[in-house]
Amino acid sequence: MKIRSMAAILAATVVLPFAAANATDLEVTHWWTSGGEAAAVAELAKAFDATGSKWVDGAIAGSGGTARPIMVSRITGGDPMAATQFNHGRQAEELVEAGLMRDLTDVATRENWKDIIKPASLLDSCTIDGKIYCAPVNIHSWQWLWLSNGAFETAGVAVPKNWDEFVAAAPALEKAGIVPLAVGGQPWQAAGAFDVLMVAIAGKDVYQKVFGDKDEEVAAGPDIARVFKAADDARRMSKGTNVQDWNQATNMVITGKAGGQIMGDWAQGEFALAGKVAGKDYTCLPGLGVTEVIATGGDAFYFPLLEDEEKSKAQEVLASTLVSPAVQVAFNLKKGSLPVRGDVDLAAANDCMKKGLEILAKGNVIQWVDQLLSADSQKQKEDLFSEFFANPSMTPEDAQKRFVDIIASAE
Amino acid sequence: MSDTVALNPGPALAAATRAGVEPRGAKPRRALSGRNIMLYGTLAVAALYYLLPLYVMVVTSMKGMPEIRLGNIFSPPLEVTFEPWVKAWAQACTGLNCDGLSRGFWNSVRITVPSTLISILVASVNGYALANWKFKGADLFFTILIVGAFIPYQVMIYPIVIVLREMGIYGTLTGLVIVHTIFGMPILTLLFRNYFSSLPEELFKAARIDGAGFWQIYFRIMLPMSLPIFVVAMILQITGIWNDFLFGVVFTRPEYYPMTVQLNNIVNSVQGVKEYNVNMAATLLTGAVPLIVYFVSGRLFVRGIAAGAVKG
Amino acid sequence: MTGQAHTGRPSKLLRNLSSKIASIPMMLTAVVIFLGGTIWTVVYSFTNSKLLPRAKFVGFDQYERLWDAPRWIVSIQNLAIYGAFTLVFSLVIGFLLAALMDQKIRFENTFRTIFLYPFALSFIVTGLVWQWILNPEFGVQSVVRSLGWTSFTFDPLYNADIVIYGVLIAGLWQGTGLVMCLLLAGLRGIDEDIWKASRVDGIPMWKTYLFIVIPMMRPVFITTLVIIASGIVKVYDLVVAQTSGGPGIASEVPAKYVYDYMFQAQNLGQGFAASTMMLVTVAIIIVPWAYLEFGGRKRV
Repeated sequence: MKIRSMAAILAATVVLPFAAANATDLEVTHWWTSGGEAAAVAELAKAFDATGSKWVDGAIAGSGGTARPIMVSRITGGDPMAATQFNHGRQAEELVEAGLMRDLTDVATRENWKDIIKPASLLDSCTIDGKIYCAPVNIHSWQWLWLSNGAFETAGVAVPKNWDEFVAAAPALEKAGIVPLAVGGQPWQAAGAFDVLMVAIAGKDVYQKVFGDKDEEVAAGPDIARVFKAADDARRMSKGTNVQDWNQATNMVITGKAGGQIMGDWAQGEFALAGKVAGKDYTCLPGLGVTEVIATGGDAFYFPLLEDEEKSKAQEVLASTLVSPAVQVAFNLKKGSLPVRGDVDLAAANDCMKKGLEILAKGNVIQWVDQLLSADSQKQKEDLFSEFFANPSMTPEDAQKRFVDIIASAE
Repeated sequence: MSDTVALNPGPALAAATRAGVEPRGAKPRRALSGRNIMLYGTLAVAALYYLLPLYVMVVTSMKGMPEIRLGNIFSPPLEVTFEPWVKAWAQACTGLNCDGLSRGFWNSVRITVPSTLISILVASVNGYALANWKFKGADLFFTILIVGAFIPYQVMIYPIVIVLREMGIYGTLTGLVIVHTIFGMPILTLLFRNYFSSLPEELFKAARIDGAGFWQIYFRIMLPMSLPIFVVAMILQITGIWNDFLFGVVFTRPEYYPMTVQLNNIVNSVQGVKEYNVNMAATLLTGAVPLIVYFVSGRLFVRGIAAGAVKG
Repeated sequence: MTGQAHTGRPSKLLRNLSSKIASIPMMLTAVVIFLGGTIWTVVYSFTNSKLLPRAKFVGFDQYERLWDAPRWIVSIQNLAIYGAFTLVFSLVIGFLLAALMDQKIRFENTFRTIFLYPFALSFIVTGLVWQWILNPEFGVQSVVRSLGWTSFTFDPLYNADIVIYGVLIAGLWQGTGLVMCLLLAGLRGIDEDIWKASRVDGIPMWKTYLFIVIPMMRPVFITTLVIIASGIVKVYDLVVAQTSGGPGIASEVPAKYVYDYMFQAQNLGQGFAASTMMLVTVAIIIVPWAYLEFGGRKRV
């Protein structure tokens, strides 16, 4: 398929029968469908509707796997939505290169995104060839170990302060019939847990070398071997989890059936929903209590190129609404994520969120794997680690060999 | 049983006489013969396996979450509640729209009715042409079609997106109807072809001698005679199209999203604990239309296939 | 209306014209969608297309990577196991049930409805409910344990060695009813005289079924076979809903590999290579058979 002709066809077919109804109805697709997520989206919609346009919601549950093919088909099929969620990073690169996405540089310059948006890497992920193509809306970080205070009490050991103490406490937990570490069956959970272990145990530099520079030698080296040892521990500790979804795993921690879980800050919403209090009922350890850094992954909105002038204008309005201070606060409090700008007040944030904000303010940030590796390498990694965590007969050494192959072939 | 005989005397009679077909020296028929115990015993055990999941779905959908957490999925609800049903139908959220499955119901109807009708019409004409008016090369197309039945749908998404885009009907209901027609075609054409070839050839020849042409014979003779196979095709298509998620969501826009999209959203949304009761109620509600179709017309289904399946 | 009806002999192309015109949708579907789509897929499997199809050819790279991927190998093995068992069990169970149903039984309607209703439900629903029943904490295992047999273990969905059989149980539940119906219909179409004759000859019932009736039901078996086999190759939703391919990669299937790599990994080339392998396998088995079955014989 020729990209140029595709753009032309796109232009030809985009004469929408529905455009006549209301020129500033904007259809927005996303995969935020859980309770807390929907509440957060409602904040975005409310703010956008207040500008005189209308947010038409197109939610598709099941995260990227289900929603993304639909979004990509719509865009390439010449019937695009007005805006769509993607994890920022490399997911939408090609759509941009194909000329299917709208350039937001004008809005960004006008509103000075370069200075407002912190950390700068967020905007870098939206930038291709010097032009800005997406509006980041939040920062989600993966580097958290969530611990159930109740579970450790039952087992008669102190709540660990770091990963090593946690590993040491595992036998006591097991004896009490508690699964030490909950890891759900979805492949991305195993892969994510490994990445978190890598930053915590091998440190920021090694992490950057492996995923950023795709350095095979480092990936095959002793640092990563230590990470695989830790992953082996994690595998042993996760035996008996028997749940699929991440939030079911979180629920095991909430109810004290599991000692802890390595999961992103979105898990926080689950604790809040269950009425649990940070520090009292559960403990959060950023960077597994070893290396206090957080990664700046997150969500962003992309805007497909539309013919309709009114809609294009409304797209700009939507983009600027998304990053405006009031929306950032309202949205992120509901979502449990951190705002993309440093100049807003998050007084209502809870303890764990505050810990995250502190680390962010110190500048202890790294780019998350989504921003460094292609979706393809990520998927291969997921296959590897979901197999590793489910199959005790796979040795850490074998797994590391396969990991090196993935890094070697990564682009 | 009695109504089967009334409606369909041929096979039932056949079965009746055949029941006497046994190795020589068989014992006289008694109601409680060993053979009958075996026969009904086996059927009952099989029936249990088939019914169990439905039973589980129904009882689970009427329990509250606390009761579900207690364990036993087979125990009947202590306290019957219809809350999950109400929630699934009218309250469950899909993003910002909290009106449950009800939102997609009419869309599913709007998609299923034209898709079913058109796909059947096209496939029946195909089958008729293949059975009665075979032209050179027809078999080649048919073979490709049958092989096409084995292609995973997911693979075809991109090529079809391109074709629909070139035709300018991507994202429209028309496009979706065409997609359903295409993917229903292999199996349906096979069924119709078998059926039409099983009809007595004399009928067709007589009509030809009277000077009737392709369409005349189709509409005047073939169509009226093929009600049974049309019922079979309808059942297959209604089920398939109603249950479809992938095409409904990839080839249309949100205002046409079928009920299965909301089902997916309800089932896959992660909100604390999995609400199994709401999930089960939602699956039962979504499956209600095809289930009713089966319960009402299951008998016609076997008759329809029986009418044309054997001679091929 | 058609050329053939006239006494004269019009040109070859115009013969049977209405039939040809009426078959245009079928020809288009066969050629443009199935054949064209397949060729397109095969061509792009030799490229390094990522999110969008791009004609940058890389030879057999995608295939080399495919056959190096442990997940693909597991997928193939699973499909072979699932396929073989599904084929055998649905035909055997379907035929046995059909033969039983054909014994002039009471409540035939009720039984038939019971066996057939699962087919009305989608694979998503099937996967969901069987996941629920096979869940060790709530389902069969916990119920048996609560009856006093505390060491009873039945957790197919969490045991990598047997998970594919857990999927099989659900798949058979959904599909055997249809097979039963098709075969019952086939049995009903057998001429009564056959049975009379075999009785006169003193042939036992099972022999009559095996050597006379089943061979006579060839066409219905072929329809059934096409339906079962095409379902096997395409198995996807069931696995996604029931196990998501887990534990680990133990219940992965090829269609899921294709889908995941096309859309989650955004590596169309890899997905196309995998689907080409599937198509090639299908083609090797099906095409010669299909052509013999549907093309070779002269009929009507």
